[in-house]
Amino acid sequence: MGAIFRREVNSYFTSPIGYIYLAAFYACAGLFFGLTALQYGSTDLSTVFSMLFFVLMVLIPILTMRTLSEDKKNKTDQCLLTAPISLASLVLGKFFAAFLIYCMGVAITVVYAVVLSAFSQLEWMLIIGNVVGLVLVGSAYIAVGIFVSSLTENQVVSAVVSFVIMVALYLINAIAAVIPVDIIQKILRSLSFSERYNPFTYGVFDFSNALFFISAAVIFIYLTIRVLEKRRWA
Amino acid sequence: MIEVKNLSKNFGDKKAVDNISFRAERGEILGFLGPNGAGKSTTMNILTGYISATDGQALIDGVDILEEPLKAKAKIGYLPEQPPLYLDMTVKDYLCFIYDLKKCKLPRNTHLEEICRLVKIENVFNRIIKNLSKGYKQRVGLAQALVGNPPVLILDEPTVGLDPKQIIEIRTLIKKLGKNHTVILSSHILSEVQAVCDKVVVINQGKIVADDTTDNLSKSLSADHKLTARVEGPRDEVLRTIKGISGVESVAADMEREKGVWEYNIEATEGIDIRRELFKRIAARNWCILGLKSSELSLEDIFLKLTMGESVDTFMNKKAKSLDTIESEGLN
Repeated sequence: MGAIFRREVNSYFTSPIGYIYLAAFYACAGLFFGLTALQYGSTDLSTVFSMLFFVLMVLIPILTMRTLSEDKKNKTDQCLLTAPISLASLVLGKFFAAFLIYCMGVAITVVYAVVLSAFSQLEWMLIIGNVVGLVLVGSAYIAVGIFVSSLTENQVVSAVVSFVIMVALYLINAIAAVIPVDIIQKILRSLSFSERYNPFTYGVFDFSNALFFISAAVIFIYLTIRVLEKRRWA
Repeated sequence: MIEVKNLSKNFGDKKAVDNISFRAERGEILGFLGPNGAGKSTTMNILTGYISATDGQALIDGVDILEEPLKAKAKIGYLPEQPPLYLDMTVKDYLCFIYDLKKCKLPRNTHLEEICRLVKIENVFNRIIKNLSKGYKQRVGLAQALVGNPPVLILDEPTVGLDPKQIIEIRTLIKKLGKNHTVILSSHILSEVQAVCDKVVVINQGKIVADDTTDNLSKSLSADHKLTARVEGPRDEVLRTIKGISGVESVAADMEREKGVWEYNIEATEGIDIRRELFKRIAARNWCILGLKSSELSLEDIFLKLTMGESVDTFMNKKAKSLDTIESEGLN
């Protein structure tokens, strides 16, 4: 796992992807920060965090699109899959590499908080809750992106499909609203990423929501492992 | 060392590998010979655990690749058909990555240096793989397989894309490695297998058509009855003389190679050696034989002979005929 993790992290910065992701993330975060907190002189960062949710739906597919699809296309998967490592450590190595780059982006919000704290009293628990929420929802989305990239050889297909799935997971409560059956509505609502994420931005740290995102990440990582396993048997 | 028992692999309805068995001992170089699409790469992919078999068993040093994949994979160095290179890395970074990936215990720098010296890539050690020529990429691929000094080497067409000098170097290297490794290499070049391997498995359409030592195979497939002779002398008379030898079935003059010297393709009845008689008759007429060789069987010949029991000429004629009919049908 260590070898794959290190190689992946390096490859984010030998290719432009890592830089593009970080630049775009910092630009968006900076824009929201400037438009809300700075312009109105407020210490409330919750708008920044809820806007960043949309940004990461666009940026995470870029981060994960080549994860496994590129290996398949360049046949480098032949060297990974014939090496004496388990599929789980292969997928986890890639996951944590993407996760690290993602967290490097999210870390900028902490910088904003520190900047604000120089001028007034901050509600640190609220900020920490928000950052944790963003990190958790990101980890679930990264797992989705990696799962999609394991299904195709084409990076563009991988990025577009992951984006669609992420939006669908986000908008699932809107779909739920138009379905008249009560039980289905309930199920869909509880799967909605936005309904699970929004409490974090209000400053409510619900452990079940945290667990939801962690389980989503675990499930999609598991599915990715199964996809690789299945390819051997095809 | 490597044992394959009744291995089969289906892709949908297509049987890529059909119930093959063979074994290779330590210190043996096994050649895997077959035309494109014969199932060579599929078999190698199964042996290395990249894909699974539909049926049958592959044992690496007594370890089943499906049951204990990590243990078996640690014993294998694999060079796939297309070297699995990360193009955006330098050779050095790439080999270090492979070193970590294979969880090597050998001292890293000396081990990698040794490998680079062996496959002659020291001078590109710090270059980005993307910018290397195909021959260098192939050798980096080979270096990758050698990392960790695995007892089994599986090389899928290792000399493809190399220039003649490099081919000879790589063949020599493989021969050297074969002394204390088990090597399986695939090829569709007969002379390569003959030059390097101790044993040959010929495979066609997923089935083994021959499994023997290289010497035995070429002996059983030699074509002593087909000769090419260069004779100095008047063409028509030479033709008549050769035709007069008992056992000669057909003879044809090819072209005038030097002034007054023609090349003749002679085909005798199988099993009859006419070389001595030919020499005597020509000498008796005071002509000279300037060259005489038995036409070696090409890979095409061997396949056709092993799989269909017919010669290339008959096969070509048949093909040509069927093409003619297609053409005339097309015209009509």
